[in-house]
Amino acid sequence: MSLLQVQGLAVHYGGIRAVKGIDLSVQEGEVVCLIGANGAGKTTSLRALAGLLPSAAGSIHYAGTDITALPVHQRARLGLALVPEGRGVFPRLTVEENLRMGAYWRNDRPGIATDLERVYELFPRLRERHAQRGGTLSGGEQQMLSLARALMSRPRLLLLDEPSMGLAPLAVRKIFDTIRLIAEQGMTLLLVEQNARLALETSHRGYVLEGGRIVHRDTAAALLASPKVREAYLGA
Amino acid sequence: MISILPERLSQNPRLAWVVFAALGLLLAVLPFLVDAGMGRTWVRILDFAMLYVMLALGLNIVVGFAGLLDLGYVAFYAVGAYFYAILASPQFGIHLPFWALLPMGAGVACLFGILLGAPTLRLRGDYLAIVTLGFGEIIRIFLNNLNAPLNITNGPQGINMIDPVRIAGHSLTRPIEILGVKLSGAHGHYFLFLVLTLLVIFIALRLQHSRIGRAWAAIREDEVAAEAMGINTRNLKLLAFAMGATFGGLGGGLFAAFQGFVSPESFGLMESIMILCMVVLGGMGHIPGVILGAILVTVLPELLRYIGPLQQELIGRVAVDPADLRMLLFGLALVAMMLFRPQGLWPSRVRARELRPDNPDEVRQEQESLYDRER
Repeated sequence: MSLLQVQGLAVHYGGIRAVKGIDLSVQEGEVVCLIGANGAGKTTSLRALAGLLPSAAGSIHYAGTDITALPVHQRARLGLALVPEGRGVFPRLTVEENLRMGAYWRNDRPGIATDLERVYELFPRLRERHAQRGGTLSGGEQQMLSLARALMSRPRLLLLDEPSMGLAPLAVRKIFDTIRLIAEQGMTLLLVEQNARLALETSHRGYVLEGGRIVHRDTAAALLASPKVREAYLGA
Repeated sequence: MISILPERLSQNPRLAWVVFAALGLLLAVLPFLVDAGMGRTWVRILDFAMLYVMLALGLNIVVGFAGLLDLGYVAFYAVGAYFYAILASPQFGIHLPFWALLPMGAGVACLFGILLGAPTLRLRGDYLAIVTLGFGEIIRIFLNNLNAPLNITNGPQGINMIDPVRIAGHSLTRPIEILGVKLSGAHGHYFLFLVLTLLVIFIALRLQHSRIGRAWAAIREDEVAAEAMGINTRNLKLLAFAMGATFGGLGGGLFAAFQGFVSPESFGLMESIMILCMVVLGGMGHIPGVILGAILVTVLPELLRYIGPLQQELIGRVAVDPADLRMLLFGLALVAMMLFRPQGLWPSRVRARELRPDNPDEVRQEQESLYDRER
C-alpha cells in the first residue's frame, strides 16, 4: 500500500481552478517529483497535500487514513513535514531555536537531542551558525535550515517545495546533494521543482503537470529519455 | 550594560539572592519613603504604576509574545472594571465580596477575549489592528449607552460608590495599624497590588518559557511555518487573546475597587494606546522592559504637573498648560525612541541583537552569510 495516495484532487486558488483533478501516489522509501512549467499547479498541489490550501474535490490518503479534511498541524503531527517555498525560516529565532521548533510536537527529549546531533552532522554549517538568527543566514543556509528543521520532526514523508528557488548554482548543488543523501537513508520524498532535470535526476519517479492536470507519469529515467519531456522541460 | 545583568545573576546564584533580597526590601519600604519624601499622592501614583504594569504585561502577551496587534485592549480592562462595579455598588444594591468578584471579572474578560479572538483569527497585521480598535470602541459606546431602557451601566455618569477592597473584614480605604506601622489606604493598596503584580509577572515569565511561549514566538515569526511545525495556531492565538484579556480584566476589577468610581471616559482609545506605548517603549516581548515602560509612562507625566507652579514662580504666570505639554513631550519621546532606540528601552537580547548587533564576531558571520561566501 502506498504511503500517500491522492485521487482526483482539485484545488481552487483565489477563484482559479489551479489543480483540476490529479491522481498520484508515493510509496514508502520512494522519491517522487512533480515537475512542470510556472503556474502548472505544482506548488498548489503540494500546499493542498500539506493542508495549507483546502481541496475542492478528491481525496488524500496518508498511511491508510483519509487526511483530506485534516488541518495542517494535525497532518504535521502524523509525520507529513513540509519544507515550504521561500523556506519559512523563523527570522528572529536562532538556528538552534528554529531546529528545536521542528520537534515542537515531540515529547521525547533524548530523541530530540539525538536528532539535533544528527542534523548538525548532516549540515555542519548549521552547527557553526547555531547561535545566529535564522534571518541572517544566506539563502542556501536558510534552505538547509528549513530542510533540517523538517527532519527534526522525524517525518515519514517529506514534502519539498522548490528547494532550488532563488539560490546560487553552488548552493543548489549542495542542497540536492543533501536531498539525495537523505533519500539514500530511506526517507520518502515528494519534491516539487522548477528545475526539471535536477528533480528527475534525484527521483525514482516523476509526474509532469500541465495546466493543473497530470500529462505524463513514468519513472524518472523514462521521463528523462522521453523526447516530449526533453523538448518541453529539459531544453534539449 | 543593564541587559547583561540577568546573565550575571543566573551564573551567580549567591549574587542573585542578594539582589533579590535588596529588591524585596526596597519594594517593601518604597511607599514609606515616597510618602515621607513626596507625599501621599505619589503613593497613589505608585499604585497606578503597578496597575499599569499588570495591564502592560497582559497586552504584552498578545502583542509581544504572539505578535497580534491589539488596539482595543482597554475593552477588557473596562469589562473587568464594570463587572466589579455593577456587582459591588448601590447600582443594583448587589454587594458581592471582592475576592469572589476579582477572579470572576478576570474570567468574564477572558470570555470577551475569546469572543473577540474567534472571529478575527484569520486577520493579520493592520486588519487585526482595525478590528480590535473597533471592538474597543464598541465596548466603550455600549457602556456609555446602556442606561436605557434598562439602566445597567448608568451611562456617561458612570457608577459611583463602588465597594472598596475588604481584607478580613477591614476596608482597604481606611488606615490601619499593623505591628505598630501605620498604613494609609494608599499604602494598603500598594501592598495588595504589589502581591498581584508579582503574581502576574510570575505567570508571564512562566508562559514565555513554556511550550506555549515558544509556539507563540513561532506564530509571531511565521504563521504558516508554525502550522507546518504541528502548532495549532488557531487555538494558540485564541489563548493569547484570552490570557491577555484575563490580565486586563484583573486590572479592571482592581481599578474599580481602588477608585470607587468608573465611567466610560476612563476606557477610551487613548488608554489603549498608552498601554501599547508602555509595551513598545519598554521593549516588546521582554518582561523587564515592559515593566520599566509601564512605570515610566505612568510616573513621568506626573512629574510634569510641577511645571505649572514652576512657571508661576519663574515668569509669574502659566504660559504652557502642563496637560498640553504632556502630550507634546510624549509625542516627542515616541518619535525620538523610534529614531534612536527602536528596540525599546530595555529589549530582550534577541531583539537587541537584531537591531544593533554589537558582537563583532557575530557581525562578521552575518555578513559572510549574506554574501554566501564559501570556503
